[in-house]
Amino acid sequence: MSDRRNISEIDVQIMWNRLLSVVEEQGQTLVRTAFSTSAREAGDISAGVFDLQGRMLAQAVTGTPGHINTMAASVGHFLEVFPVADMREGDVYITNDPWKGTGHLYDLVVVSPTFMDGHIVALFACTSHLVDMGGVGQTPEGRQIWHEGLFIPLLRLARAGVMNEDLLSMIRANVREPVQVIGDVYALIACNDIGSRRLVSMMREFGMSDLDMLAEEIITRSRRAMTEAIGKLPKGTWTNSMRVDGYEAPVDLVASVTIGEDTIHVDYTGTSGMSTYAINCPLCYTEAYTTFGVNCVVAPTIPNNAGTLAAVKVTAPPGTIVSATYPAAVYARSSIGHMMPDVVYGALEQAIPGRVPAEGTSNLWSLKMVAGHGLTGVGDKAGTQFMVMSFHSGGAGARPNQDGLSATPFPSGVRNVPVEATEAITPLVIWRKELRQDSGGAGKYRGGLGQIMEVSSREDAAFGLFAGFERVKFPARGRNGGGAGQRGGVSLTSGVELKPKGLQVVPPGERLLIEMPGGGGMGPASERDPQAVRRDVRLGYLSAEAAKRDYGVG
Amino acid sequence: MTARTRLAVDIGGTFTDLVLSLPERTLSAKLLTTHDAPDSAVIAGARTILAEAGIDGSVLDLVVHGTTLATNALIERKGARTALITTAGFRDSLEIAYEHRFEQYDLYMERPTPLVERDLRLEVPERLAADGSVLLALDEAALLRLVDVLKAERIEALAISFLHAYVNPAHEERARDIIAAALPNLAITLSSEVCREIREYERTSTTVANAYVLPLMASYLGRMRDGLAGIGVRCPLLLMMSSGGICTVETATRFPVRLVESGPAGGVILARRIAALGGYDRALSFDMGGTTAKITLIDDYTPQQSRHFEVARAYRFAKGSGIPVRIPVIDMVEIGAGGGSIGRVDQLRRIAVGPDSAGSDPGPACYGRGGIAPTVTDADVVLGRIDPSSFAGGKIALHADRARDAVLSDIGSKLDMPAEEAARGIVEIVDETMASAARVHAVENGKDTAGRTLIAFGGAAPLHAARLAQKLGIRRIVIPVDAGVGSAHGFLDAPIAYEVARTFLVRLSVLNADMIEDLFSDMRAEADAVVRLGVPQGALSERRTAFMRYKGQGHEIAVSLDGAALDAAALRAVFETTYAQLFGRIIPGLEIEVVTWTLALSQPHALPTADPRVVGATQAVAHEHRAMIESVSGASIHAPVYARASLTPGTELNGPAAITEDGTTTIVPTGFTVRIAYGGEIIIEGGFA
Repeated sequence: MSDRRNISEIDVQIMWNRLLSVVEEQGQTLVRTAFSTSAREAGDISAGVFDLQGRMLAQAVTGTPGHINTMAASVGHFLEVFPVADMREGDVYITNDPWKGTGHLYDLVVVSPTFMDGHIVALFACTSHLVDMGGVGQTPEGRQIWHEGLFIPLLRLARAGVMNEDLLSMIRANVREPVQVIGDVYALIACNDIGSRRLVSMMREFGMSDLDMLAEEIITRSRRAMTEAIGKLPKGTWTNSMRVDGYEAPVDLVASVTIGEDTIHVDYTGTSGMSTYAINCPLCYTEAYTTFGVNCVVAPTIPNNAGTLAAVKVTAPPGTIVSATYPAAVYARSSIGHMMPDVVYGALEQAIPGRVPAEGTSNLWSLKMVAGHGLTGVGDKAGTQFMVMSFHSGGAGARPNQDGLSATPFPSGVRNVPVEATEAITPLVIWRKELRQDSGGAGKYRGGLGQIMEVSSREDAAFGLFAGFERVKFPARGRNGGGAGQRGGVSLTSGVELKPKGLQVVPPGERLLIEMPGGGGMGPASERDPQAVRRDVRLGYLSAEAAKRDYGVG
Repeated sequence: MTARTRLAVDIGGTFTDLVLSLPERTLSAKLLTTHDAPDSAVIAGARTILAEAGIDGSVLDLVVHGTTLATNALIERKGARTALITTAGFRDSLEIAYEHRFEQYDLYMERPTPLVERDLRLEVPERLAADGSVLLALDEAALLRLVDVLKAERIEALAISFLHAYVNPAHEERARDIIAAALPNLAITLSSEVCREIREYERTSTTVANAYVLPLMASYLGRMRDGLAGIGVRCPLLLMMSSGGICTVETATRFPVRLVESGPAGGVILARRIAALGGYDRALSFDMGGTTAKITLIDDYTPQQSRHFEVARAYRFAKGSGIPVRIPVIDMVEIGAGGGSIGRVDQLRRIAVGPDSAGSDPGPACYGRGGIAPTVTDADVVLGRIDPSSFAGGKIALHADRARDAVLSDIGSKLDMPAEEAARGIVEIVDETMASAARVHAVENGKDTAGRTLIAFGGAAPLHAARLAQKLGIRRIVIPVDAGVGSAHGFLDAPIAYEVARTFLVRLSVLNADMIEDLFSDMRAEADAVVRLGVPQGALSERRTAFMRYKGQGHEIAVSLDGAALDAAALRAVFETTYAQLFGRIIPGLEIEVVTWTLALSQPHALPTADPRVVGATQAVAHEHRAMIESVSGASIHAPVYARASLTPGTELNGPAAITEDGTTTIVPTGFTVRIAYGGEIIIEGGFA
């Protein structure tokens, strides 16, 4: 900004709005061209613009919070290896380092510098969850990072506009769907290009030669708004712990939330150590879901940028399951990461009662189903080969004055895949997909209901399920006297129980039965409006027996 | 349209607009909508306007009608007592919806309640596979048992939606026959008739919405027909659809869900006509009223089409907060930005405008009806763009002092700004919001807004059009004549048309051209039967579209098949062209598949051509000068004000200026020039230094 005195208050606001619209366009471009189900149905992508110091100025609001501030921090790692001074027009950088990217190998981070009139003015970054990255596949059974696929350190993907073909060949040779994966790599580049083009045209329209002044305004104002929001909260430290299933042993998640003058500090000291399997969560991903959970309560309308993110600090001792260290396996980091808001809310409830929900299913109950050689049989006996992923969710926790949402994800923001769409591209038949009666925790406000699904194959062949389910042993707890939601279950309709984590094989002719957990209830069941109980019975959300037993309404 | 004496009637939420088109002249009228019996306002209005023209109802050649009645019934939940019969195990599909939170950060959001509650969502054992083969036969005994439930619950409308019925409707049809035999007066909608497309939630939602409004619309359309007959009308009554086409009463009665959003569709048809008249092959239709603004891309005189729409978005216009319907619609981006949109200061001390609206009650602060929040209209008053004494032709006296107070107390004092600067902020932010939405919408369609012609109508649009155009890189703006009743004018230009869709998932590598030809000839027969109700003879024009994707993708893109052969090579070529246009590149080596095919059949209608008549330039005479504040610079100016009625074709003038008419004011900022076209349209050009 050559002459900042001429920039009015209103112009600053207009430019900020424009910058947010630039990153929305950037993000939309990516969602619409992506191949992986996670990216296109769940918006499991991220897009944002950074100043030359690596400070994030704006980020697209996308479907899943897993990239909030993971991508922001990632750009800093890139700048350490590739200083701004050495960047050339047409350069593109890439990584999937779980510790310097967004927590597992399946997410690529791509960074591109923006040039105007020969000078570098900004950086655009984006991330996307890919169809495949090789390795053992979409299962938590890996034990070390090397099991999980191709590890791409911070590298140049293009140098002055010339693609790094060697790297692309390397990727192609290591993944199951090379055409789609390479397609997604190009989608990432294209989305940064769109962002760059829009930014340059915006800067020309407003007569800007750099982003310095706008960056300062955005960061300062956001930081100030966070300070004001935090300033209204009581000061002190509150602690909560929650036990979840884990893989080979239960995991205790412990959060201490300290509300200071202008920051909220969440520390996970006391949390269990790492797992042998891939449910370990690098700190960057723990930070993402912690920050998201806190912001939903404290500042739901303040956009994410370097100023906002600085207000929430997240720490954990290295080697705990929420700060997993190299070379731990981390593919299913969401098993733990998605639990962060629930843990934090237990502490926030003590500080600011009446604003947070009860515990919910929290982890997704997505069905990743497969058939093929080595997984469900040998050679042709394995049946028609397929791999399909459909997102599904159990019940969410009851809110302070509302029932919990049934079959709805939180904190993740995914969308489901239609049953007809899954059946059209696989030999699978989904016989049943309905709300699970009595699964919501009892309470003045009832927990959201889970779902029941039954799946079989039309072929005389087995099919496999890459299970990664939580809340099978330890349910979502209620709050303030509310009851726990029902636990989840994975079995065959013939009665055989299956394990909730790892590859499970459904033999030919059998049906898979998935019972998703319910959310916890809020307040004592005795305080629920009897009319609401009777309505739940009429609609079948609640059985007559449960109404009598839990609510005393008959 | 060849009929010469035509009447168009548009029932909106607040007003009912009538336009009577006679061979030599056009009359229009605006009445308040009578919500409890909307047809009576129509009949009364028709009687009045016919009397004014001095003609009898029997002289009319055509009546075209559009109504928000179906939409309102869905928003206000005032439809029929409806039940759903569905495949056993899937009654909750309607409630589970997308399993999605449409507001990421809102812990307290609620999803819309389904139109049919769980106890009226009934199940019957039956199951088809994705290829249409029968996995489980329809349990007819179970179905018969449901008849008693339907009777006991006094069900007025029934939706039947089975899994994969889009491939094979046999089970749905059999179920209808069994139920209809037992309950001959029950209105039944089949998913395979109303929406023969894959994706069970959206198909079921569309089916249920259709059933829900069907009895209401059937009786309304019957009364309407009788009422018109009562005033001597003997010509056909045709209904405006959301697709921009019109249909007969018979079709509207079977598929009333296709009538939602028909008023705004009429506006776009008007914009298309203006585009054709002026030869503007790349246009942007901009309709801004009291609560929302709607923007549509029009290329080569064809409005952008879509097959997905959400009715009754309950949550600040958030995508996903409404009832999805899969019907042919004109693709509009709807923004919560209108004259009544409320400005406020957010947590970041930024000015934010909308989507909350003061509506018409209490309305903007300047209405003096108890509204205290500053609205866009209040800001326009403070900036001197609206003359408080002649708003709505002088029928509503505005209180400029209340507008100023509201702007100052809610925004100015909080941001330490004078009222004028705060008002400029409201206007700039609302214009920026609309510009952003238009830009993102264009990008989503692989298009650009720059260089288009902006066609602006609706009460608030001419006030904001020039600034919006600047923000979108647009240099020409056209304000049609009688812009306040734009939709009704558009109705008179709409063709009789019908579109059908079929999901038939096929990979290009195994595509059989004969099979696709058979599919299209089936679809053509279905559409033909509908269109022929209104156009008994003559050639019809046909448009074919395939919704295609790379195998592995979850979203399809619409690919026009007009002129393309149906073999794999030709389909690949048109897909790749379209994909590259949208996304800038293709992906070599990936399989391509078609998911859904559509065929639209339409009465051929020649677009009006540019009127070559040029009128010599004349100078305009301002009737007054008014103090105004320019939105770009914030500068105070003294601008001439012209009455639109006094500006004859050929008139030229320069900005800054304001042009007033009963329904609105057109603002011409400094740097723009104005010319009045032969047809009376205001053409504004310029805008860049």
